[in-house]
Amino acid sequence: MTIKGKAYIAGAYEHPTRLAKDKSVAQLHAESALGALRDAGLTKADVDGYFCAGDAPGLGPLAMADYMNLTLRHLDSTDLGGCSYIAHVAHAAEAIAAGRCSVALITLAGRPRSEGHSGATPRIRGADAPDTQWEFPTGVATVNAYAMVAARHMYQFGTTPEQLAWVKVAASHHAQHNPHAMLRDVVTVEQVVGSPLIATPLHRLDCCVVSDGGGALVVVAPEIARSLKRPLVKVLGAGESMKGQMGGDVDLTYSAGVRSGPAAFAEAGVKPADIQYASVYDSFTITVVVQLEDLGFCEKGQGGRFVADGNLISGVGKLPWNTDGGGLCNNHPANRGGITKVIEAVRQLRGEAHPAVQVKDCRLALAHGTGGLLGSRHGAATLIMERE
Amino acid sequence: MAKERSIPAPMANPETEPFWAAAREGRFLIKRCTACGKAHWYPRACCPHCMSEATEWVESPGRGTIYSLSVMKRAPEVYAVAYVTLEEGPTMMTNIVECDYDSLAIGQAVQIAWRPTAEGGPPYPVFKPR
Ligand SMILES: [Zn+2]
Repeated sequence: MTIKGKAYIAGAYEHPTRLAKDKSVAQLHAESALGALRDAGLTKADVDGYFCAGDAPGLGPLAMADYMNLTLRHLDSTDLGGCSYIAHVAHAAEAIAAGRCSVALITLAGRPRSEGHSGATPRIRGADAPDTQWEFPTGVATVNAYAMVAARHMYQFGTTPEQLAWVKVAASHHAQHNPHAMLRDVVTVEQVVGSPLIATPLHRLDCCVVSDGGGALVVVAPEIARSLKRPLVKVLGAGESMKGQMGGDVDLTYSAGVRSGPAAFAEAGVKPADIQYASVYDSFTITVVVQLEDLGFCEKGQGGRFVADGNLISGVGKLPWNTDGGGLCNNHPANRGGITKVIEAVRQLRGEAHPAVQVKDCRLALAHGTGGLLGSRHGAATLIMERE
Repeated sequence: MAKERSIPAPMANPETEPFWAAAREGRFLIKRCTACGKAHWYPRACCPHCMSEATEWVESPGRGTIYSLSVMKRAPEVYAVAYVTLEEGPTMMTNIVECDYDSLAIGQAVQIAWRPTAEGGPPYPVFKPR
């Protein structure tokens, strides 16, 4: 069975808040859900499938489904970290293809900014996780787990801090056009490498923002998509995987994208060179470089050269990328950037991105992300979509 | 030497208690599989390479090289998180101590050191340049 052509993304909504001191997490989920349903032209009563991940308060999907008072015949709370929502689109398409549901709602929300979270503070990811007793004592923070990937990439492939900086520069060029973006100032390579070192070799401007917010998607069966008034964004292919430390055979030079990417391209029947727009998770600048290599946009080790000189800037480079400003400048709700990656890809395919960054006649787009910690254990999900 | 950060106590469980008991005696144990012959990290009852239950604790001299590292600058006390590849093969996440943080490098030879942990926890294995 394939999901190719079996489901469409009919609704997409990014909550405009970046600081939600006066809202609850459940409220942000529900407001995001409402936004996506309105965008699709559907209502709560149409929803029969619900998808969420670890940012949803309560046990799995139960508390949020009850909060929104949904009547469901399919639920899924797969948690792959920040890329979960990319995988959820694929899981929703599978469920729709199998007849398990016909209108799938996916929500994400969180308020790490209001709650004072930082990627530079070590935190326990499950006291009973088998790795915790070995790794938490090191003080490894999120940023260190990505920084070690960057350090190894530099050592092995000669990648430079300036090349990594180009990722942030591209994001900032896009964010200047996004009125909701947290950071709207265009920055230069010199400003990125001149910003304070947080965890060597990563600087402050190599790191994504910490923001409150949320997002939601509505994935529907083909006949429902055709009954709605929105442009048709078809699911073409998907892949997911994970990668860890392989029992001690640690290799930081690649991500689980080496498996999720080719699976998605094979199912979609397209190749990287066909992709007109790519949303690629930018938790840190290095995340983008490694993932672009693993997805096949360039050779392994060449990611630094690939992203340099504005190659990711819409209208300038070969691969328009994260045209909303991404996690580096726009938004990183719940410390999970997966859903905003799909949302901006949908905007591009609909022709609803900001005119300054809209890819002309965008018909084929990719959304990809990792979740968890790139340098220890992470999930990965890839989604390829087509404007019909 | 600058002041070192306090290390939180590792939480042992029945599967890993022998490691931490040996650590209290200054001995560094790793796990090796008698079915496939391969050592692994972190220690498990079931071999992550072949899934055999026939794993055994073996004492390691704790010598290796830095595979990658990141010096945490945004902390009250600067510290280095690293992956160290042991001579027995496995690569483990750890800290590098007793070093010049600005000159630490991938490929550098290191040897085990132990650090006390908070609340009377067992010593934690870290590494220092050799
Ligand atoms: Zn084995």
